[in-house]
Amino acid sequence: MPGLIGKKIGMTSIFVEDKMLACTLLEVGPCFVTQIKTRDKDGYEAVQIGFEEKKEKHTTKPLLGHFSKAGVTPKRVLKEFDFNPSDYKLGDILKADLFQEGDIVSVVGKTKGKGFQGVVKRHGFAGVGGQTHGQHNRLRHPGSMGACSFPSRVFKGKKLGGQTGGNQVTIQNLKVLKVYPEKNLVVVSGSVPGSNGSYLIIKK
Amino acid sequence: MRALFDLVEDYKKTDIPDFKAGDTVAAHVIIKEGNKERIQVFQGIVIQRRGSGATETVTIRKISAGEIGVERIFPIHSPIISKFEVLRKGKVRRARIFYIRKLKGKSARIKEKLS
Repeated sequence: MPGLIGKKIGMTSIFVEDKMLACTLLEVGPCFVTQIKTRDKDGYEAVQIGFEEKKEKHTTKPLLGHFSKAGVTPKRVLKEFDFNPSDYKLGDILKADLFQEGDIVSVVGKTKGKGFQGVVKRHGFAGVGGQTHGQHNRLRHPGSMGACSFPSRVFKGKKLGGQTGGNQVTIQNLKVLKVYPEKNLVVVSGSVPGSNGSYLIIKK
Repeated sequence: MRALFDLVEDYKKTDIPDFKAGDTVAAHVIIKEGNKERIQVFQGIVIQRRGSGATETVTIRKISAGEIGVERIFPIHSPIISKFEVLRKGKVRRARIFYIRKLKGKSARIKEKLS
């Protein structure tokens, strides 16, 4: 799937056909082709692109070599995409005009970290609701866990509390509402994972 | 960064009159029926203005049929609103006058602000 690397700017709402729609502003590109992978050399076909400038002093020497080979300045994020390799050459610039109004895109990103959360927030458990029948101080507890003398253990994979958020998520079927190629700006309907300023992959 | 939002929010109107909570305002709403358009006026007291920029909304409360309170929330920059008309300036001490929901009849009056 071809796509670009971008950044979340923030959310607002706009009017589309007299209806107010929640939308997210994404800064998409400009991305630079840093490597072209061919079937002969790498065993598969892909185009590696880089996004956002990075200072040379913050780049390791092996990576500096990688960038100088492509003839581009150091980039912060590198990702491979399923472009047709014969259409591109090293150092090419890919811009937000890859997307058009009305396109359906998927956005991949890392969700906001929520820390260690209980079962009510993490898995949507209802908690132990009762106020009477001897129930106290267990409003948000998981309740009964296993069965009886059989199996006399808790099954693996039991939903419990733990680290929530901070994992990779793909949001599918987001509609492109507006594209401003000269500002590298794409407006998609709905929300995307992560906080403002986090990196995203926008796939066509 | 903010400039990018302005680019997207290009539907913002510039001819919105100055009104706030306590004022009596008429919102002229465009209603589309088939391919015909007509204007319905929703007139009442502004209870609150909420949000900022292009997504700002206003809550207007009117008393329908003498006793039923009806509230509608309009996005101020909505394209379905042809105009806002300020009919009366009210004198209130708060930016959000939710207390008016509990009041009826004579006590629900708002003093006019004379400039």
